[in-house]
Amino acid sequence: MEPRRQIGERVRRTEDARLLTGHALFVDDVRLDGMLHVAFLRSQYAHARLVRVDATAARRRPGVVAVYTAADLGDYWRPGPLLVPPPPIAGLVFNACTQVPLAKDKLRHVGEPIAMVVAESRYLAEDALDDIVLQAEPLPAVVDLEAALRDGATRVHEHLPSNVAAHAVQRKGDYARAARGAHTVIKRRFLYDRGASAAIENRAVVAQWDPRAEELTVWDTTQAPIPIRNGLAQLLGLLQSQVRVVAPFVGGGFGPKIMMYYPEEVLVPWAAMRLGRPVKWTEDRQENFFATTQERGQIHDAEIALDKRGKILGVRDVFLHDTGAYDPYGLTVPINSQCTLLGPYEVPNYESEFTAVFTNKTIVTPVRGAGRQHGVFVIERLLDFAAKELKIDRVEIRRRNLLRPDQFPFNNEILFQDSAPLTYDSGDYEPALDQALELIDYHRFVREEQPRLRAAGRHVGIGIVCYVEGTGIGPYEGARVTVEPGPGVRVRLATGVGTQGQGHFTSFAQIVAEVLGVEVADVHVITGDTREFHWGTGTFASRGAVVAGSACHAAATRVREKILELASHELNASTADLVLAGGKVHVRGGDPSGGIALGALAVKANPLRGAVRPGTEPGLEATAYFGPDRGSTASGVHAMLVEVDPETAQVEIKRYVVVHDCGRVINPMIVDGQIHGGVAHGIGNAFYEQLVYDEEGQLLNASFMDYLLPTATDVPHIETAHRETRSPLNPLGAKGVGEAGAIPTGALFAQAVEDALSDTGLEICEIPLSPNQLFALIERAR
Amino acid sequence: MKPAPFEYFAPGTVDEALALLAEHGDEAKALAGGQSLIPAMNFRLARPRVLVDLNRVEALSYIRSEKGGVAIGAMTRQRAVERSDVIARGAPLVAEAMPSIAHPQIRNRGTVGGSLAHADPSAELPAVAVALETRFRARSTTGERTIVADDFFKGMLETALEPGELLVDIAFPPLPPRTGTAFLEVARRHGDYALVGVAAVVTLDAQGLCTAARIVLLSVGDGPVLAAEAGKTLMGQSRSDDLLRAVADRAANRDVDPPSDIHASAAYRRRLVAVLTRRALERAFERAETKQPRNQ
Repeated sequence: MEPRRQIGERVRRTEDARLLTGHALFVDDVRLDGMLHVAFLRSQYAHARLVRVDATAARRRPGVVAVYTAADLGDYWRPGPLLVPPPPIAGLVFNACTQVPLAKDKLRHVGEPIAMVVAESRYLAEDALDDIVLQAEPLPAVVDLEAALRDGATRVHEHLPSNVAAHAVQRKGDYARAARGAHTVIKRRFLYDRGASAAIENRAVVAQWDPRAEELTVWDTTQAPIPIRNGLAQLLGLLQSQVRVVAPFVGGGFGPKIMMYYPEEVLVPWAAMRLGRPVKWTEDRQENFFATTQERGQIHDAEIALDKRGKILGVRDVFLHDTGAYDPYGLTVPINSQCTLLGPYEVPNYESEFTAVFTNKTIVTPVRGAGRQHGVFVIERLLDFAAKELKIDRVEIRRRNLLRPDQFPFNNEILFQDSAPLTYDSGDYEPALDQALELIDYHRFVREEQPRLRAAGRHVGIGIVCYVEGTGIGPYEGARVTVEPGPGVRVRLATGVGTQGQGHFTSFAQIVAEVLGVEVADVHVITGDTREFHWGTGTFASRGAVVAGSACHAAATRVREKILELASHELNASTADLVLAGGKVHVRGGDPSGGIALGALAVKANPLRGAVRPGTEPGLEATAYFGPDRGSTASGVHAMLVEVDPETAQVEIKRYVVVHDCGRVINPMIVDGQIHGGVAHGIGNAFYEQLVYDEEGQLLNASFMDYLLPTATDVPHIETAHRETRSPLNPLGAKGVGEAGAIPTGALFAQAVEDALSDTGLEICEIPLSPNQLFALIERAR
Repeated sequence: MKPAPFEYFAPGTVDEALALLAEHGDEAKALAGGQSLIPAMNFRLARPRVLVDLNRVEALSYIRSEKGGVAIGAMTRQRAVERSDVIARGAPLVAEAMPSIAHPQIRNRGTVGGSLAHADPSAELPAVAVALETRFRARSTTGERTIVADDFFKGMLETALEPGELLVDIAFPPLPPRTGTAFLEVARRHGDYALVGVAAVVTLDAQGLCTAARIVLLSVGDGPVLAAEAGKTLMGQSRSDDLLRAVADRAANRDVDPPSDIHASAAYRRRLVAVLTRRALERAFERAETKQPRNQ
């Protein structure tokens, strides 16, 4: 029997049976004896001075157990941590203002929590919210980014001289000189707005203090259970080992469920300890629109300098970034925009300057793509306008600027979100472009199909865009692999990252199964429970497969060595002559039935009597860690056909093609799913979703009636092709894929729709592009 | 998103329901399919002290041919109407509009009477009801009356129903011969509230001249809007592209004063009114010209 390949196979997701039959545990499923329920009184004002909060009547309401305001928190009241310190960019200005658990003297966005009601039921808790008397003096709301920076603008944080949260300039080469020598310089203003993550499961926290064990258990819909455990231990004065954080199945993360130390996340455990009863808070959808972090708008003033053949000489971009009322997540989003703008192209001179701006809106932190969309939109649109100006085919102008395979590793000479210089590890861009052209039949469409349909009065358009995505950043993740002693084959794998639907149970099991020569079904995976594994950071930045996957690989490899070592003694053969396959070890060329099953070998590895060889570790178990030097760079090309009804401004997607390169694919079916989900997110971003704030800072569409998510009927069939340019930075050769699908869709959409309406001469420099907005653009172009 | 406290009753007959509504007056709300009321209660935008649940009143659920037209009980599920042959034959405009009402899951629960009594200006059924000159039968403990569609819708979420009065029956009268109908709408996603919708009814004489026309628009005012000017322009005319353009133009610029909201500006809505009116009339004329009304 020979070892079987598991990595790269279309293995069906092992977790789905549990998920589909309702047997997976979600936080809201946690129901404990004597459990109390929480509702939060939240600010209705975008900006106000908080004068008084009187909870006397609420405390008297039958069924109410406690009401807490900022004053009741005592020493526990403190601003949250700065989660991601900014990279060491020369001349950087950064003003850290992190969120507070309950508003004390000022309200800075609608939905900011003011008081916490703990009651026997959520119904009673919500009834009691009406009893709380609030006295507040409204202040002018800071909403518009440019107005926020004007002299004399109202300040969100009064201890700061202005609403500037950060200012950073990154440079490569000398853009001004490049522009002076250019044949053509194209300048445009771009607006790119993003929306909520809109995970199917809202946030939830349940906490239980066990006074006998002196242990706090917290079930939390977090993407990062280990940092939450460590942070809660510190806040509550407990040992890390006294806190267990469980992130069970989570219905979508997409970024906002990262280690935020949200007010609710730090208050619920505190209340559970104080009251001696389990406490639950489940966010409802309305709260989610105000209280869970979002992404939002950037305004870019960008220009590109080119020679007459369309070679990029340089790019300059100056942009504003809306960071919301606080900036606990540092500069990750605008730095991603800054870095991802460079794309798969050789940009010899680059100057990028951004100002992050405090506004009276919900906090901005990464959402799937995390600012990369904005950068891709700017460069791809600039190239489209340049192609038109220079009368070069838009594919050709891209082709002329793509990095060549011999240029890798390619150092872009600016700093990425992980503070390391943005260096692409590997890539092979031109074949991906060609494959996308072939799949969508670009040349035939442009030469034959489009002219024929246009002659018949139909408005059809094609789009094709390229992008890269920095993925799989450090610091590290870990994993423990254990062969379970006993009859048969059972392997346990524990890792620290949480899982929110990515298929970790399957892809991690595939990695371990291949290394140990067992079946995927034999590998029992545990994620997101700090009692099982307590080193690591979490699931974000498209890093699960790359970093945690590599840690699984490393731990499995160590266990493999232990298996071979022990088996070589048991079978009297050298390790080089042993084969690990079918859950057994046997001697190469010998009868496999004469081998030893792994479970039996694990029994021998943990003897109850007798001597062991010096230096022996018990069991067939190993823990290993993996931390990459820097992130790996995934890439791709998306293409799409659309038809527009110019009378009604309705857009129909006719075809959608993705050629994607995330290095070595662990499970093509899971990668397809990630891309499909990402594209759906991207289509939402491009066409349906927008958080609409009025000038008072009120969110006008805080429900799924008015905040439009694309549904199954709005997302077309997505044709995907995988290419595998392996990463040299990890043993699997993998690159991340979680965010990829969502990143280029806005740019693609704009190009295709503009192409469909080329007879109007309109230019699309903004996303999202609702029919209403498209109608306005068509009218303006008339 | 939990409702404020309320008292709940589930009567089994219309008389019991009417007695409860009479007893609790304007503190009571009738619960039909609950597709609008329950979300409003969960948002605490609606806080009725008493809910009278009509879902056990079986007598209010029926679809039958009546006097050449069709009668529907107020508690008939939208999905049943959508799938009814009686509706397809007797009220094809209703059948054509049904799939635009939200999603199958919602139509499984949502009722015809509930949607009409809720009178949302973006809802399809009120516009269709006005286009078809529908007759509404309402009952209370003190009696029964019939209200014609033009008098039924009073404004934003407002109808002619008095407190204590319950909509029990909706009657679509028969269509005259050589009558064509059409329903069209544009929504952000299929099943969303329409940005604009139009229900059109056109009757032709033997020469193909228009003898009657009703064009009713939704999502452009505080209730279904009868485009009277546009309708008048059609009278006595035979179909031509120029005529339909002129009519559509009149509907957009004379008959409606649409609102702006986050999904559509007034200008965009006007454009949609013009485009959809023209397209709906093309269909309605075609159907009137080629088919008898009962077999559309």
